[in-house]
Amino acid sequence: MAIEPGPGRRAHRWLAEEYQRENERDVPFETLSGHPVAPLYTPDDLSGHDPERDEGFPGSFPYTRGVYPSMYRGRLWTMRQFAGFGTVEETNERFRYLLEHGQTGLSCAFDMPTLMGLDSDHSRSLGEVGVEGVALDTVDDMLTLFDGIPLDEVTVSMTINAPAAIVLAFYAVAAEERGFDPARLGGTIQTDILKEYIAQKEWCFPIEPAMRLVTDMIEWCSSEMPRWHPISISGYHIREAGATAQQELAFTLKDGLTYVERAVERGLDVDEFAPRLSFFFNAQIDFFEEVAKYRAARRIWARELRETFGAENPRSLLMRTHCQTAGVSLTAQQPLVNIVRTTIEALAGVLGGTQSLHTNSFDEALALPTEEAVRIALRTQQVIAHESGVANTVDPLGGSYFVEKLTDEMEAAAYDYFARIDELGGMVRAIEASFPQREIADAAFAHQSALERGDRIMVGVNAFEVGDDEPTEIHRPDPAAERRQRERLAATMARRDGVAAATALAGLAEAAAADRNLMPPLLDCARARVSEGEIVAALQGVFGTYSETPVY
Amino acid sequence: MSERKIRVVVAKPGLDGHDRGAKIIARALRDAGMEVIYTGLHQTPEQIVATVVQEDADAVGLSILSGAHMTLVPKIVALLDEQGAGDVLVTVGGTIPADDIPELERLGVAAVFTPGAPTDEIVEFLRGNVAEPVS
Repeated sequence: MAIEPGPGRRAHRWLAEEYQRENERDVPFETLSGHPVAPLYTPDDLSGHDPERDEGFPGSFPYTRGVYPSMYRGRLWTMRQFAGFGTVEETNERFRYLLEHGQTGLSCAFDMPTLMGLDSDHSRSLGEVGVEGVALDTVDDMLTLFDGIPLDEVTVSMTINAPAAIVLAFYAVAAEERGFDPARLGGTIQTDILKEYIAQKEWCFPIEPAMRLVTDMIEWCSSEMPRWHPISISGYHIREAGATAQQELAFTLKDGLTYVERAVERGLDVDEFAPRLSFFFNAQIDFFEEVAKYRAARRIWARELRETFGAENPRSLLMRTHCQTAGVSLTAQQPLVNIVRTTIEALAGVLGGTQSLHTNSFDEALALPTEEAVRIALRTQQVIAHESGVANTVDPLGGSYFVEKLTDEMEAAAYDYFARIDELGGMVRAIEASFPQREIADAAFAHQSALERGDRIMVGVNAFEVGDDEPTEIHRPDPAAERRQRERLAATMARRDGVAAATALAGLAEAAAADRNLMPPLLDCARARVSEGEIVAALQGVFGTYSETPVY
Repeated sequence: MSERKIRVVVAKPGLDGHDRGAKIIARALRDAGMEVIYTGLHQTPEQIVATVVQEDADAVGLSILSGAHMTLVPKIVALLDEQGAGDVLVTVGGTIPADDIPELERLGVAAVFTPGAPTDEIVEFLRGNVAEPVS
């Protein structure tokens, strides 16, 4: 009697005798990031994988299957659409519209001058005021931006980095002036400056003083705004700049670990601030690769926080994340097809266990989204949440041979990058040596080459084209917004007590030179109606500015 | 007889940091044998025109994804004229709404490349349209 072959030999035999007799399509079988994918995954692929150790249970170490025990059965993810354009009045209206349509949190986009620390009346701001986001110059703008919105009930996310400390001070002072206790405010400010030098490229100061500002915010928030997330460690922009999923994972987590290191060096107890660190990842179109990325991220973060930093509070170990579908996956050609892409990406975010999600609008390869396009994007999330059934059980993909294997491989790829970065002396030194920048530029170029060779298909771009597309109605920035915003700024400047403003600014410069925490003097500046541009210029007087050596 | 290489300035005017496209184009043009000068980010129109003049460039490619193209491009074109570099071929790439393209062309932009444009199309365009260098 023949001996029944073991499972390993059965899979082997299946491959040799069954699978290889068939023809394969002539395409590269690999993920979007170029990671090879096998024809079939079986228990053999998980020989070194221990479900108890590597997966655990939702809400338990190492959190691969989710940060909370009940996940979406307890509470759905927060549907948080990013919005902001024109002046604060217009964006305030859009915020109210989104809340009326069932959105559960706010997320504010600022214009380029605000992100670069320039006032709306600066010569370099011309043509960009209120175009890519909302223009904000002083605490008066912050008051109007959130007018009528209950800041103690709605959580607010603000996407700003180099001048984050200033904008946080504006927000805290605006809330205080409206009678809300800053200690009760919930929300997030992005603050992740390392990924700016790596990928998004909006900076005000050299790296070291910028890192000091981040640490000042973490320190100040842990005592004064304990419900606030002072940083959202972001892979989104790293990925958009062309990184692979593995690079996004590795560089983002290494950035995060670097912030933890700095805060610990400052003398903070890791369990005091780590529960308030949050993350922001991209949700790209390669469904399984993305799911594996989020699962690996949770596991690595939990392990590093516990083992490297000795965190004891279980909440310090949780990698809570926001996700956004991939802007770069959207096409200007046949834009309605983007709704389909966004749906797949959103599903990856949800099945990857995200805590909050932004779905892009189908017209975003053309311009900022119209109201209709934004509504469809929000409806996409609502269909996933309420119709698809995927929220009925926790981590439904857990235990899939393919997903677990891919998760393990994703983790190994991240640790390989960690080792290369450590060899360079850590993330700050690696950025100075242009290491992550070069890795990303190479990956972006490889992706573009694959598209041009036809090795990778983008529907409507290099296959299935239709010639001229029907014109799509697009959002047009209001050309008068720039003038209105300059008038708002001029009015604040005219109203304020000039002596108080100058005193606050001098106090800030002094604290900057003396190495004191900059949040208290920034609050004084906010109260005195000192503008963002004035504050940045004063700090640049002490810290200097930054310019990069581009690599391509 | 030595053939002079096409000299191209790839420039990022404005405040945004979306440099993925600009860097891919810079590399593709370099791989195609052109002399490429990439300005880096956050350039003012004055800085870009100074680079074009100083580098004696045949063409300048402006990468704009910030929506500020209707402010920045006219300024750059006017400054090039002022500096006696009006014969430099100007191209624009990025998220440019179709409705804005005729106006950019009227200003003297030779071509606008929108998302999805293959790099070899841009290489061919430059080869075909840069004025023959005087030997």
